[in-house]
Amino acid sequence: MSDFALYFSVFFAAVFTNNILLTNYLGMCSFLGASREIKTAAGLGTAVIFVMTVTSALNWVVYYKLLVPFNLTHLRFIIFIVVIAAFVQIAEMAIERLSRKLYAALGIFLPLITVNCAILGASLFMIIRSYGFGQSVAYGAGSGVGWAMAIMAMAGIREKMAKSRIPKGLEGAGIALIIAGIMALAFVGFNGITS
Amino acid sequence: MSELLTALVVTCSITTVLALLLVIADSIINNYGEVTLRINEDRELKVEGGSSLLNTLKEQNVFIPSACGGRGSCGLCKLKVLEGAGDILPTESAWLTEDEKKNNIRLSCQVKVRNDMRLEIPEELLSVRQFKTRVVSMRDLTHDIKEVVLELEDPPEMEFIAGQFIQLEVPPYKLTDEPVYRAYSIASTPSSKKRIELEIRYVPNGICTTYVHKHMKEGDKVTINGPYGEFRLSDTQKEMICIAGGSGMAPIKSILLDMQEKKIRRKAQYFFGAKALRDLFLVDEMKKLESQLPDFRFIPALSGPDPSDNWKGETGLITKVVDSYIPNAAGMEAYLCGSPLMIDACVKLLKEKGMPEESIFYDKFA
Repeated sequence: MSDFALYFSVFFAAVFTNNILLTNYLGMCSFLGASREIKTAAGLGTAVIFVMTVTSALNWVVYYKLLVPFNLTHLRFIIFIVVIAAFVQIAEMAIERLSRKLYAALGIFLPLITVNCAILGASLFMIIRSYGFGQSVAYGAGSGVGWAMAIMAMAGIREKMAKSRIPKGLEGAGIALIIAGIMALAFVGFNGITS
Repeated sequence: MSELLTALVVTCSITTVLALLLVIADSIINNYGEVTLRINEDRELKVEGGSSLLNTLKEQNVFIPSACGGRGSCGLCKLKVLEGAGDILPTESAWLTEDEKKNNIRLSCQVKVRNDMRLEIPEELLSVRQFKTRVVSMRDLTHDIKEVVLELEDPPEMEFIAGQFIQLEVPPYKLTDEPVYRAYSIASTPSSKKRIELEIRYVPNGICTTYVHKHMKEGDKVTINGPYGEFRLSDTQKEMICIAGGSGMAPIKSILLDMQEKKIRRKAQYFFGAKALRDLFLVDEMKKLESQLPDFRFIPALSGPDPSDNWKGETGLITKVVDSYIPNAAGMEAYLCGSPLMIDACVKLLKEKGMPEESIFYDKFA
């Protein structure tokens, strides 16, 4: 398989068959918290794509160039978290300085996802699956796109649902979790695509 | 052993590098230099850019009321920003009505100060300050209401309007882990700038009232901020109906004494509701006002007097008493202060008696 095909298959798998939100159930809190409006969901989704892609690359370098040579792979959890947090904060400052428009659309969501477990999850999965650098970036981007897609789909459903009558006990998080479950079932259908 | 050392060194160096990067980024990217805030077109503040408008103003001793402390979850810190705030952020839009959006109203905790700005801040917020005070006297007005006199130390004087309230800071103690703030009306008159009086009723397990009633003693240092509130005497000459219950006495007393000092000659009746004789207070002082104000009557009423009270005055709920005294309320003005239940009942009654809603002023003690 050519490099490009390899990256593409990793990307595609991360978006559909191994959707980090719907098959691993990571990043649930912001998924439930910020999925009331498509506009907000799109902003948050874009922020996740951006941060996941870049932090996967950064963490790959830190892991294979620092932690592996020094035999410190067991420190990856704490190191990854620190790298992600620092990157998000610097990115927020830079975006705010460079473009007000981009900051309004994307920047204000950045602090919300510093502690999003899906971001850390993506970095950990790329290690577990022993991806190379290119694959890791593709995987990070794919996971981000998959997460963004899932939250936007959810927001679309919830916007429609605002008009429907939901049993009292299921309002809010209850019905959202049931919907997430059904969406996850649908995504399992993509498993057939992979050979 | 060497493994432990490498682990320490590598972890420390990674975090140090990242921390350094953050510090550098903060001083280069986040440095907006000195900017000018122009307030109400007549006042200019030179401030450091980079933090939220709410916090920047707080550092300049301009306190915008806010309940959540800048997390964008209470929607109280609204301000009119005429220039320099950029577009409305998604974190603000949920709190703003269409009208407010058109009128440049913003949440000051979300707007960041990056460049020169023009703002409008209500004059009375500009006079809100924090005061360090000392408790100079405490006395029991009834079995559950205490009068607390605070002497202002820093700043030493407060300008306020009769009817306004302050917020009292309760320091952490048995019932609370963090400072809490509770609003109390000022019972003294604006002419007394150095000493203010509060009337505080004990509420079982109330964080602030328990503090005041069971812990506070003369000589204690207390922090307050204020003054706040729109409850005040209007500048009409209409006949006044004042109705209060319990510690609702405070702002009404301040307003009446202020009228006496300023020789405002409006006709006024003051209905004060209590349960039994032991809940009545300051009756002598109010009766004395009857001779000092040109046309004033104080009508205390008890809803459930004790047989031993030998009560000869009015009885029944305050609405019933007002009903019997005031045949027609059109053309009068009402000043109400007390529990939400009492106020709602009185507003209903006064409207039935022909008083337009805009002539009814009240301060609900929720």
